[in-house]
Amino acid sequence: MELITGQDVSKVYHNGGVPIEALKGVSFSIEKEAFVSVVGPSGSGKTTLLNLIGCLDKPSGGRLLVAGTDVAGLGRTDAAIFRGSHIGFIFQSFNLIPVLTAYENVEYPLIMVQNVPAAQRRRQVQDLIAAVGMSDQQTKRPDQLSGGQKQRVAIARALVTHPQLVLADEPTANLDHDTAMGIIRLMKGIRKELQTTFVFSTHDVRIIDEAEGIYRIEDGLLKESHNQGGGHDHD
Amino acid sequence: MTNLWKIAGRNLLRYKRRTLLTLSLIVFGVLFVAVFEAVTGSFKGMMIGQITDSFLGHMQIHRKGYLAAIESLPLTMNLKPQAVRKMERILKDVPEIEAWSPRIKFGGMFSNFVETTNIRINGVDPEKESRTVPLFFSRIVEGEKALHKGDILVPELLAKGLKVKVGDAVVVIATNRDGSVNGKQLRVGGILESVTGPGGRDGYLHMDDAMEILRMEEQEISEVALRLKDFGMLQEVHGRLSTLLGEEKNPQGQPVFDVNTWEKLSPFYNIASMIDIMTLFIKLMLIAIVLISIMNVMIMAVYERVREIGTMAAIGTLPRKILALFVLEGFSMGIVGAIIGSLLSSGAIYAIHAARISFDFGRQTGLILAPTMDPVALMTISGIVIGVSILASLQPALKAARMDPIEALGHV
Repeated sequence: MELITGQDVSKVYHNGGVPIEALKGVSFSIEKEAFVSVVGPSGSGKTTLLNLIGCLDKPSGGRLLVAGTDVAGLGRTDAAIFRGSHIGFIFQSFNLIPVLTAYENVEYPLIMVQNVPAAQRRRQVQDLIAAVGMSDQQTKRPDQLSGGQKQRVAIARALVTHPQLVLADEPTANLDHDTAMGIIRLMKGIRKELQTTFVFSTHDVRIIDEAEGIYRIEDGLLKESHNQGGGHDHD
Repeated sequence: MTNLWKIAGRNLLRYKRRTLLTLSLIVFGVLFVAVFEAVTGSFKGMMIGQITDSFLGHMQIHRKGYLAAIESLPLTMNLKPQAVRKMERILKDVPEIEAWSPRIKFGGMFSNFVETTNIRINGVDPEKESRTVPLFFSRIVEGEKALHKGDILVPELLAKGLKVKVGDAVVVIATNRDGSVNGKQLRVGGILESVTGPGGRDGYLHMDDAMEILRMEEQEISEVALRLKDFGMLQEVHGRLSTLLGEEKNPQGQPVFDVNTWEKLSPFYNIASMIDIMTLFIKLMLIAIVLISIMNVMIMAVYERVREIGTMAAIGTLPRKILALFVLEGFSMGIVGAIIGSLLSSGAIYAIHAARISFDFGRQTGLILAPTMDPVALMTISGIVIGVSILASLQPALKAARMDPIEALGHV
């Protein structure tokens, strides 16, 4: 069952009036509960593709369906609502809110995005914090946590709303190898438990092997994909 | 909403020094405006009270055209007995009027049998006069605090100039409306202290003595001073009286009466207006202080937290919630500043009141400054601060809410 379908998706940016083709008509599909990596060198179009799937940007051409919704047609507010209810984000620099504790960072989407009642919220947050192994650190603020701990909190925050899809842009780029492997394995383990689809970009060859499906992008084109049950490309 | 408050509060505490600096500016602004308004308000109220309760009354009624010629105190422009009776019937039907006092005003010569000088005379009914201007008798600095037939109350300056004292015999000579001169010997019943304004050189006689000097058979009144039960109703009663008395016309179809509030009759009104304008400018300065300081802080906050805003937007926070978060930060500073400023202002005003600072104004000495906290004024100042805080944070908040998540996340 496909969660994401892209047909001839393109994205053109204009830099000082000069058009730059970041994606040149890529077609692909990603199935539900897949654990997929998008790889490629810097500037290849990985982040652009993730931004389009994550409804942070709109494609210039083609058709992109996420969870059955044509995301190109979403307005600013609708896109925010869609993201809040369907997608979780994990960032390279963790992007935790510095004034909130680990617990409150995880709780944030349930308050600000989904308006979940307090009792249910507490249960969900505690479950996720326990799942990422941060129960004993939950009262600490981001500046009191290590990089790996921050990313664990970020993973919990991304998953706390039970999204169908989690997008992670270079989630291990700021971590050492062992921590990076730990984070990827954590994501993989939780993915099975919560039946969530994970799409992450990376150019770290050490962690690519953990992906069940790999999309390689070069110069805005989807060059090849290796699927181990994660999806298939149409190029 | 509670959580938004919590996040806003913590964001403000994130940059403690900056927040404290902005707060102190707001607090200082509120304190300055509140104390200034209380002190000037106290001064203004005291002066208005002195003027209206000592000699002017809250309002006055004259024959139309009398005020324009008041310097010469023309007897020909007095109100005729019939007009006075009509006027009194109307005044009786206005419940807001507490008392009124008719006066006969004329110019005359004042002599101590050695020297002679000119004087402005007011013939009054002592009982009506004291009910209309209750501080009238308190102006008597020497002699009995009363006005009997055959007595004259002499203004301080004139008494000093002619070296007359209480009990001395003096003569007042005046020309009546037909041009004949008449005089009457009187006893100095008291010395009147000077007041600010046109009444400072006026002497007072009993109404009967004034009529005798002017050889009037019936009272022909120069002016009627009015006192209201509630000074706050001044404009409303003035409007009503103007309408009621305006219906009275002379044979030429012109209105007979002219009704004026103290504002038209006293030059102090210009000073009071100037105080109001100064207060307005001080308030504008407060608005500028709050607007600039909060806007500056919020612009910096948005600029420093671009990536954070991008994260919030990316994970699905609606633009209106991001807007609300930043507006709440500005609002919080405004409300905290207003509360602390109000508390400090109350303390400062109480301290000034307790200190009983005395001052002189014009010929009046030893006036005690007694500022009081007007809750409405304080609420207005606080309302301005809070309103301006919201306004000042609106632009930076809108900028944050409209931020493109991708650009914000990529901000370095």
